[in-house]
Amino acid sequence: MSGAPERAGPASEPASGFDIDLRSALRGNGQTFGVFVALVALICFGLVRYENFGGAYNIASFLNYNAMFILIAIGMCLVIITGGIDLSVGSVAAFSSVCAAYLSPYGIQVALPGGVLAGMAFGAINAFVILRLRVPPFIATLATLLGAKGGSLVISGAQTISVDWGSNFTKLGMEKAFGTVPWSILLVLLVALAAWVILERTSLGRTLLAIGGGEEASVLMGLQVERAKAFAYLFSGGCAGLAGVFLASGFGAGQPLEGVGWELSAIASVVVGGTLLTGGAGSITATVAGALLLGLVFNILNFENGRGTISLSAYWQEVIRGGFLFLVILLQMRVARRRPPGTATPRPG
Amino acid sequence: MNTTTPSTASGTASGTPGAPRAPRSSGRPAWRSALARHGTLVALAALLLVNVLVTPNFLQLQTLFVNISQVATIAIVAIGMTLVIATGGIDLSVGAVMALAGALAPLIFGSAFGIAYPMLGLVAAFTVPLLVAMACGAFNGVMISVLRVQPIIATLILFISGRGIAQVLTNGNLQTFSNPGFSYLGTGRVFGLPFQGWLALLIAAVVFWVVNRTIHGRHLLAVGGNERAAALSGVPVRRVKIGTYMVCAFLSGIAGLIVVAINSASDAARNGSLMELDAIAAAVVGGALLQGGRAPILGALLGAVIIQLVKYTLLANGIEDEVALVAKALIIVAAVALQQGRRE
Repeated sequence: MSGAPERAGPASEPASGFDIDLRSALRGNGQTFGVFVALVALICFGLVRYENFGGAYNIASFLNYNAMFILIAIGMCLVIITGGIDLSVGSVAAFSSVCAAYLSPYGIQVALPGGVLAGMAFGAINAFVILRLRVPPFIATLATLLGAKGGSLVISGAQTISVDWGSNFTKLGMEKAFGTVPWSILLVLLVALAAWVILERTSLGRTLLAIGGGEEASVLMGLQVERAKAFAYLFSGGCAGLAGVFLASGFGAGQPLEGVGWELSAIASVVVGGTLLTGGAGSITATVAGALLLGLVFNILNFENGRGTISLSAYWQEVIRGGFLFLVILLQMRVARRRPPGTATPRPG
Repeated sequence: MNTTTPSTASGTASGTPGAPRAPRSSGRPAWRSALARHGTLVALAALLLVNVLVTPNFLQLQTLFVNISQVATIAIVAIGMTLVIATGGIDLSVGAVMALAGALAPLIFGSAFGIAYPMLGLVAAFTVPLLVAMACGAFNGVMISVLRVQPIIATLILFISGRGIAQVLTNGNLQTFSNPGFSYLGTGRVFGLPFQGWLALLIAAVVFWVVNRTIHGRHLLAVGGNERAAALSGVPVRRVKIGTYMVCAFLSGIAGLIVVAINSASDAARNGSLMELDAIAAAVVGGALLQGGRAPILGALLGAVIIQLVKYTLLANGIEDEVALVAKALIIVAAVALQQGRRE
């Protein structure tokens, strides 16, 4: 007897749902569009200005070096989407680079999983401290930052640990898969693809986004909030671990003192990619583009240094990185403010 | 209204007349809540006891001097951090601000101007770095209160680029100097005890008075307790927040100058490195709530003493610096986890 109204409900819902989807999709594009435009513009600028910019050597070394930063940015993206943060990525990567260096005599097939597992162990610690002990994410991961730093200094004796050049470990960044793409690039692509599929095509990804949108609401909806958050920190730890393996393999040594400020690069990349720091929205592709953009800025500065138009010491790097993050946050705040109220209310600082 | 009303004081008041009002039991043994309340003092007593038993030459005047001269910088920064945490924020840039202030001072009294007019140069070497530090604090405060950037992210900008600026200024070099007037800040003695210890106590007393006895303190706690409510009841939230970050940066600047004065050298790469962790740890151990609304200044002093004693204990017993890092990490997590438990 009430069939008609009942049917009317579901029938009208897709229409309004579609409407909302379209609008948010457009808005999302507007927000992430900028990073792709900037990336293309910067590449064109480089191609026109420097003759070696498009050369195979520059492209390969650029991608090889930035593979680490892309990886940790992907992990950071998932964590930030839940409204959390992972400040430990840099020193976790350093820890895992030392582990990988120790495992390198057994070859890449042991050292790579070993390094990733070392990273995931710290991810598990983060998840435990945040979820079970209810410590706020930035304090928990700040503590892990210390713990991983201390740990890597202890197991390495504060020395860089040379890898075994005889094994196939160092070929990770040099040898090419199927004769075309370096293995490291291929691995990064795989991780990015996995993260994209998880975020965009699985219920786990939807849960991650829902948590960032409103954690209490997600709990009340019966979503597996704890499990999803634990996954995010584990994934971030695993990405940092893999970045550490690349670090050891690319530079031929486990580096316990490396990784300072990496969390900043990763956060900057994520933010450049239009992911809101308040959580609830984010894009893997835009994050990768953001990491590439950040790397490209330094690549172009290097070229300028080489041409002698400017001469900046290495110390400028940090200043520029901070300034870049500052600019991006300013832009993002303007975007966030233009949104209608309710879609993304920045948390009161 | 019957017995199902929660047995809080106001709830039982309207209960059955004549029924005895049972005191609300927390369901916890008394010793545990006492431990939670006085945990800081217990920890301090335990640390002192362990040191007396284990550490060689602990009960010597020299040990006291060493610890006071080192705890002063932690305490001064921790007081600023406590104020920031009381607003519900955090300041990761304190170490970088220390490096920046510390790098500027020798540049000023070592410049041509500073050598030509030693007195003026010395005054400028104190004031200019502190003004720059306050500018950094104003930057943080505006980012957070006007642009509404989360405090961690906003202060992360200066955390990384502040030290970079300090290194650019000094070209990454260690600047050594000999300037007795300036070094007094780090090596002077008053009544036989290190000058910076007295300075830390003086700062703590002033801040304690401001927090507990003035309208500014009320405003600070109101903003941290409930920002919306504070704004609605007429508290100038933005001004309070910007002011708080400026005070925190100012205190960090003082600490940076002290470190440079102690060493008679300024090393932009190391001055204040990891100080944000020490300061957060000291504030949290001292009882500051990360959600804001509490500013235990004396707790921050105690917390700083505990952090310093932990460091000293490990160092004096030949345990590596690296392990000390791990210990510090555990202390921070334990303190915050206990705090969360107390709140629930």
